[in-house]
Amino acid sequence: MACINPDGKPTASGTKVLRALQAGLKSPEEVAQDTGLPLFRVRSGFRELAQAGLVVEKAGKYEITDKGTALVQ
Amino acid sequence: MEEVKEQTSHMPRIGEPAPAFEAITTHGVLKLEDFKGSWLILFSHPADFTPVCTTEFMAFAEIYPKLQKRGVELLGLSVDSVSSHIAWVRNVEEKTGVKIPFPIIADLSKQVSLAYGMIHPGESKTETVRCVFIIDPNQKIRTILYYPLTTGRNMDEILRIIDALQTTDKNAVATPANWRPGDKVVVPAPNTQEMAEERLKQGYECVDWYLCKKKL
Repeated sequence: MACINPDGKPTASGTKVLRALQAGLKSPEEVAQDTGLPLFRVRSGFRELAQAGLVVEKAGKYEITDKGTALVQ
Repeated sequence: MEEVKEQTSHMPRIGEPAPAFEAITTHGVLKLEDFKGSWLILFSHPADFTPVCTTEFMAFAEIYPKLQKRGVELLGLSVDSVSSHIAWVRNVEEKTGVKIPFPIIADLSKQVSLAYGMIHPGESKTETVRCVFIIDPNQKIRTILYYPLTTGRNMDEILRIIDALQTTDKNAVATPANWRPGDKVVVPAPNTQEMAEERLKQGYECVDWYLCKKKL
C-alpha cells in the first residue's frame, strides 16, 4: 500500500498525511496543500489510513485517531 | 472468436463519462474518482522494458511539469505487473537519469484495458495499443487517441490538445486546424438565420457567416 508498510507502520507519505492532521480535522484538499502531495494521492491515502484505523472520516473531512497519533510520535 | 468479441466489447466515446475503475498502481490502489477536479491523461503502453514505450515514458516525464502547471495529472497503464513497472521505472532512472513521477496501473486482469477499449486484437491479442484518454475535471472523456504499437506518440500534440480544450472551456470558442496558444480562435457558428445575419456586423475576421475568427 502507498501509505502503510506491510508491518502496519506509515510510509513517508503516510506520515506526512498523518502529521498534517495533527492540527485538526482537514479536507483532502487542505492536506494536499499542506503536504505538497497530489490530491489523488491524498484521497487514496485517506482510504488506506481509514481502513487501517489511523484516520476517521467526518462529513468529508478527516481526523487522526489515537492509533494514528501513536504511530507518528 | 468469442474471446475476440469479448475483448472489444466496449469502446468509450468522447463526451461520455469516463468508465470508473479501481486499480493497483505503482502509487498504491487508485480509483478514477481520486482524480476528480483535475484534468487527467490516462494512457496505455504495450509493455514494460520495450524500446518505443521507454522513449514515450521519458517524454511524458519531460512534459510532466508543464502538465502540472496546467492542472493535469498523468496515469499510465499496461497489462504488466506492479513489480515489472517498479523494476522498469528504476531501470529507466538508472540508465537515463529520468525519474518517472506519475503512477502506472498494473492491469493484469485487463479490467481497465477492456473498459477503455485498449486491446485491439488486430495489433495484439494480449497487449494494449498506445491509447490516450484526456478526461476533464468532471470526469468526462474529451479526447481519445489510438496509436499503433510501432509509433511513439507526440508530446507536443498532447500538450496542444490540453491547451485547446482548456481554452475552449474558458472562452466558449473553438480552435482551428494547427492552432497554438496565442493564435486566433474560431467563434462558434451561428445556428439561426437572425444570428447569421448579425454575424458579419460583429467585427470578427470572417471568411463568411459560418467561419469567423477572433483574438482572445
